[in-house]
Amino acid sequence: MNAIATISAPRTSSNSLIVYALEAKYEFLRVLRTPAFAAPTLLFPPLFFLLFGLLMNHGNEGAARYLFAGYSIFGVMAPALFGFGVGFAMERERGWLSLKRVMPMPPGAYLLAKMAMAMLFAAIIYVVLALMARFLAGVRLDVGQWFLLGAIAVFGAIPFCAIGLMIGAKSNASAAPAFVNLIYLPMAFLSGLWMPLTMLPAFFTQLAPLWPSYHLSQLAQMAIGIQPWSGVEIHIAWILAEAAVCLAIARRWMAKAA
Amino acid sequence: MDAGKSIVAQLKGAAKSYGKVRALDGVDLAVTAGEVLAVLGPNGAGKTTAISLLLGLLKPDAGEATLFGESPTSLSARRRIGAMLQTAGVPDTLTVGELITLFRSYYPDPRTFADVVALAGVDDIVKRRYGKLSGGQQRRVQFALSIAGRAQILFLDEPTTGLDISARERLWKTIRMLAADGCAIVLTTHYLEEAEALADRVCVLAKGKVVAEGNVQQIRARVSQRRVSCISSLDAGAIAAWPNVRNIDRSGERIEIVTDAAESIVRRLLNEDAALSELEVRRAGLAEAFVEITKEAA
Repeated sequence: MNAIATISAPRTSSNSLIVYALEAKYEFLRVLRTPAFAAPTLLFPPLFFLLFGLLMNHGNEGAARYLFAGYSIFGVMAPALFGFGVGFAMERERGWLSLKRVMPMPPGAYLLAKMAMAMLFAAIIYVVLALMARFLAGVRLDVGQWFLLGAIAVFGAIPFCAIGLMIGAKSNASAAPAFVNLIYLPMAFLSGLWMPLTMLPAFFTQLAPLWPSYHLSQLAQMAIGIQPWSGVEIHIAWILAEAAVCLAIARRWMAKAA
Repeated sequence: MDAGKSIVAQLKGAAKSYGKVRALDGVDLAVTAGEVLAVLGPNGAGKTTAISLLLGLLKPDAGEATLFGESPTSLSARRRIGAMLQTAGVPDTLTVGELITLFRSYYPDPRTFADVVALAGVDDIVKRRYGKLSGGQQRRVQFALSIAGRAQILFLDEPTTGLDISARERLWKTIRMLAADGCAIVLTTHYLEEAEALADRVCVLAKGKVVAEGNVQQIRARVSQRRVSCISSLDAGAIAAWPNVRNIDRSGERIEIVTDAAESIVRRLLNEDAALSELEVRRAGLAEAFVEITKEAA
């Protein structure tokens, strides 16, 4: 037996930061080692971008830029919705959540770890997309713009984690992926992540503010100069309000179940 | 109960219903430091509900549940407990070593990694993923997680289900050692021999109520019947008519008598059959006592 692992946490004080970090690390590893989840989550956004933004696009820099913004937002949706929603439903059903609740964990470490996992996935996907946009599609941005778009993509985990939590709080583990799919692809499409909403009937444009991904994609487009900055606070307020509503519903369902 | 020892976990008049079903109906239960308490009862008796109240997973409708005199949901109480739940749902993709490292991090003064591994007997599987382990190995890992924090009270919900005999005896030995170290242990189990082997005190639940409580001998004494068995040529039909004979069985030359008054039966047997041999008198085991007590409660 190797005893190297024994020198981890200090013996006398349970350092909360270490718990948060370990919790997030193992949540990330747990998900990464589930190929059925990790492979499509990590591969689909770059593959779609390769297909629609590069191969079928024939060198239209404007279209590539639009799709780069869209797929950056699309990239955060799967880890947040699936990793959080399905993971939470499964762990709730199988009793892992009960054991975690009994353990002396700092409050929120469980949920924050799942959110950090989704954010890390979003960041990885964004880096891959950014490299493809820069070197394959020839998209040119300022250093600040690259980072700003990445930050928006990572921030985008918040509303989708809240939606995932809501699904996971109510649905059983086997039904959760179906519910997530019901939201995931239609919401991406109806938010204009894959094509401008102006190409759809006007009704869908009126409906769009309901989806957090719409507000994120608007911010993403502003960040890389596709459209001018306007109404940033309103978009952020929408996103946070939608997250808060989902969180409140999730809490209510959880309280009822206990 | 020993008044000198401090109470570490307690239910006072605890009641809990699920809809119209009353799972617990005014249960009083106290666990003192260093004792092994076995909670027995048929399925649906309220064992898991009682444990869930003590762990703070459920709130009692009436009465109260406390750990170290505090609410079971308080962080300071939780730092002093360890738990092995019936369904643990441990993530399949993490390794045993990673899980132990994670659980150690929750506690201010955890057991060393090497101690956890040695006590739980998981040395050979530290690097393997949880999902690749056999049922018995998974159970041992769950036990390892429950002792990662040097807890003062350990809740073990059916800890040896799925273990082979040698693994079970090894776990029993560890449990005895932890108890000797001053750790209180609350054990629910299907296996009566487990309660007989480990418990200082037994609490029998039936239909949400405590129907019997005491040490193994006291619970056994609740059942006055004993079994007298011997090799004899006496006529079983005639013995069945003797006073105090509850039941008689003959298999080959051996007869087995269930009686409330073993002494008088033995005396009469010896008087009537000088050639009688292989005489044995046994008190009912916990299994018989348990069946009897829960039958009374039904």
